[in-house]
Amino acid sequence: MSDASPATDLRIDTVAVAAQDPDREQPWADLGLKPDEYAEIREILGRRPTSSELAMYSVMWSEHCSYKSTKVHLKQFSDIPQVTPIGRMLAGIGENAGVLDVGQGYAVTFKVESHNHPSFVEPYQGAATGVGGIVRDILAMGARPVAVMDSLRFGPLDGSDASRDTQRVLPGIVAGVGGYGNCLGLPNIGGEVVFDETYLGNPLVNALCIGVLRHEDLHLAKASGVGNQVILYGARTGGDGIGGVSVLASETFDADGPAKRPSVQVGDPFMEKLLIECTLEIFAAGLVAGIQDLGGAGLSCATSELASAGDGGMHVELDRVPLRDSTLAPEEILMSESQERMMAVVEPADVAAFMAICAKWDVEAVVVGEVTDGDRLIIGWHGETVVDVPPRSVAHDGPTYERPYARPSWQDALQLDAAEALPRPSTGAELRATLLRLVASPNLCDKSWITDQYDRYVQGNTVLAQPSDSGMIRIDDETNLVVAVSTDCNGRFAKLDPYAGAQLALAESYRNVATGGARPLAISDCLNFGSPEDPDVMWQFAEACRGLKDACLELGIPVTGGNVSLYNQTGETAILPTPVVAVLGVIEDVTQRTPTGFQHAGDLVFLLGETREELSGSEWASVVHGHLGGRPPLVDLAAEMSLAEMLVAGVGLLTSAHDLSDGGLAQTLAESALRHDIGAAVTLSEDVFVDLFTESAARVVVTVSAADGEALQSLAAEHGVPAAVLGVTGGDALEVAGSFSLPITEIRAAWSATLPAAMGT
Amino acid sequence: MKVGVVTFPGSLDDADARRAVRLAGHEAVALWHGDHDLQGADAVLLPGGFSYGDYLRCGAIARFAPVMTEVVDAAKGGMPVLGICNGFQILCESHLLPGALIRNDHRKFGCLDQTLTIENNTSAWTSAYEVGQQVTIVLKNGEGSFVADEKTLDMLEAEGRVVARYVGNPNGSQRAIAGITNEAGNVVGLMPHPEHAVEALCGPGTDGLGFFSSLGAVLA
Repeated sequence: MSDASPATDLRIDTVAVAAQDPDREQPWADLGLKPDEYAEIREILGRRPTSSELAMYSVMWSEHCSYKSTKVHLKQFSDIPQVTPIGRMLAGIGENAGVLDVGQGYAVTFKVESHNHPSFVEPYQGAATGVGGIVRDILAMGARPVAVMDSLRFGPLDGSDASRDTQRVLPGIVAGVGGYGNCLGLPNIGGEVVFDETYLGNPLVNALCIGVLRHEDLHLAKASGVGNQVILYGARTGGDGIGGVSVLASETFDADGPAKRPSVQVGDPFMEKLLIECTLEIFAAGLVAGIQDLGGAGLSCATSELASAGDGGMHVELDRVPLRDSTLAPEEILMSESQERMMAVVEPADVAAFMAICAKWDVEAVVVGEVTDGDRLIIGWHGETVVDVPPRSVAHDGPTYERPYARPSWQDALQLDAAEALPRPSTGAELRATLLRLVASPNLCDKSWITDQYDRYVQGNTVLAQPSDSGMIRIDDETNLVVAVSTDCNGRFAKLDPYAGAQLALAESYRNVATGGARPLAISDCLNFGSPEDPDVMWQFAEACRGLKDACLELGIPVTGGNVSLYNQTGETAILPTPVVAVLGVIEDVTQRTPTGFQHAGDLVFLLGETREELSGSEWASVVHGHLGGRPPLVDLAAEMSLAEMLVAGVGLLTSAHDLSDGGLAQTLAESALRHDIGAAVTLSEDVFVDLFTESAARVVVTVSAADGEALQSLAAEHGVPAAVLGVTGGDALEVAGSFSLPITEIRAAWSATLPAAMGT
Repeated sequence: MKVGVVTFPGSLDDADARRAVRLAGHEAVALWHGDHDLQGADAVLLPGGFSYGDYLRCGAIARFAPVMTEVVDAAKGGMPVLGICNGFQILCESHLLPGALIRNDHRKFGCLDQTLTIENNTSAWTSAYEVGQQVTIVLKNGEGSFVADEKTLDMLEAEGRVVARYVGNPNGSQRAIAGITNEAGNVVGLMPHPEHAVEALCGPGTDGLGFFSSLGAVLA
């Protein structure tokens, strides 16, 4: 930095000043740029950047916006054919969100995005604005947002000292997700809540939004058509969230560093609700040539991405931007991440109609610029030029890193330390106690303390929501078309083997969607990892991507888009590798679906799929022994596909279905019984312990009416799925023949007490 | 029958309310907060949501919306008016109904399948039910705890103006009151959401449909 104070010096830094004063020292390092990145910016521009240009490049070249460490791995997703089992992709990777054809003229878009670091710094606002951001992403595709889900991960909740931090962060994050989503009128139809000590100090908040549109309503983020007007509308721009992506999302937390709170944005869901309704009315009136939401990197991102994707240049007068704080400098305006803002490109003849709709909804809108015939993004400030850049260099041609990666030296030892060698319960009383202990454990317990804070009914189209295997939403009243979405990831499996772990996350999500009777069509992912500067972490990331790509190819479903969150670590300790995978499926006729949980007494209970002794990485090993080691369960994607096909074909025959995942058969039977207080009597093999607690994949428990046992057997045989009858539903207990009987009331007492006790309410 | 459903900025359950009205066999008309016009509606529904962001106090700003001039006049003239959740809060702020809705006693937003007992089937919106009938509909709010002074509560009870009471008390409402009516029985405020329980496919059953089908009896 030069001796002059930034307040006076940076404010007047125009392109002309930069040319006259080429050697001024600039705070590129403080903005998160590396020396060679700064040198490259100088080379692109043929001079030093102005402070405004430096601000733009620093946020757009941040890890969060540029994917500079990960794009060499992510690009393999583009090799997967961009078609789903029933149709084509209308928009793919690289747009705000992928859009897929779901038939009958409808398309669906969905995306998951992380808001991890802000949610640790300021849990309520961090989580709230995470929801707001993903909803605007979906809106920017021309879609009406119809539902949200959230995938949350917290530190331990085991009563230890460390739990106190979880008790601080969790209520704020949950209230933020609920407070924002509830005010938007979007049903929250599911998600995950996972506890693990590696998320202490680095909780994960991954928010997902689903949107619906007619094919012809698709909008893309590009500025084209010389003379078209660039309109900024929504909330005013303030000083909140300045540098959020570079400061928060792209750095690890350091106990000695400055307080980060000013980098977290503050949300106003009421404004967002108005923005949604206003934008949908603008779409319906056909007034938009291009549109982009303002999220991470704010105006820097919206202007450069719109111009970069278009066929011309763009000129913006920054002093026309409505401000909450009139003292903001141009570089601060460019970096601000104030929420609830959108940017539209509108033909001149449509501007008046556009403004009228904004006025109807009390949404402030200002023409801030226009599309030009050049190839530059030029930004003026009170008549002087403060930015003059090739937009692609900011938005799309940022740096690419081939980060070194290598299989960690500890990986072999970790895999050799198998949980299958741990001491096991054997007597009926021990097995009974183990089941009770597991259902009460933080990861397996009742989550309604959290999910009851979310409105799951608004819009009146919620077919299934938590605690079902997937969330299901009818896309509107005019059709019987339903979409189902599930998000899953077992980070312990990913730690043991990131390639298999990512595939298991995908397989579980895929299975969950099929369990309700929906045909899986596509995935979106949110890849949460530690520091890319650590070769161990980078290897985990590379392996997870490779695993997802291979699995998608085998399953015949595309990756529609995704999000990467790196630097999720505290000091040297990275989080468990957490590749959260969302799978979206459809049911063409909503009257046919398979519910979760036992529905009637007297139904036959079947276990579908093959059971192996696979205890490494299991909830049992973690809860009972605090153990993580060995190899994760076998991935058998062919078996997952056969199982899914059988579940889709079985709609109407199956009276209920519930997948097996964390906690194994014990948890699935317990949850199925808890749903409507209908028990079951089952007979297992000689090794009751393995049957109950192994976590083999590609398995589902289904029920059919007593008369349909043979039909089920023949359906299973037709699809090549192993099917074993376990017993019969009914009674008020879970009975394992020859081993133990557990009243549902006792299971419920253990299962439902954990979260309220930990949260003190 | 034409049932007008008002959309305020921040209304969320307006589309749901229009659907429920249609499923009960009526015509739904969308009304706009900024218009002094009920468009010939025979009844008016104020839906749930966060009108004007619930800033200041729930319903406090919506009360002054232009359309409320016509709603209040029509209500005083005997037109059936139902306020659900935020709509109930608006009716209290408009002094069409006594009492107020304050923060839930557990201090959190809560979304539940909630059972109610119908206690009055002479109001415009509850005639389809039997007194004592239990119905399960959706309760979802942060400020749903009904309060009034003892004298008002005694009056509501004595005059049979408690239309529905919670089974259990999910939010600390005084005397577990879930909904009340005015003296004439045409204006009803209800904290839980019957419009989310009108189809077997979505929500906890169809118990809520009666609130909307009741209208036919009154208007016929």
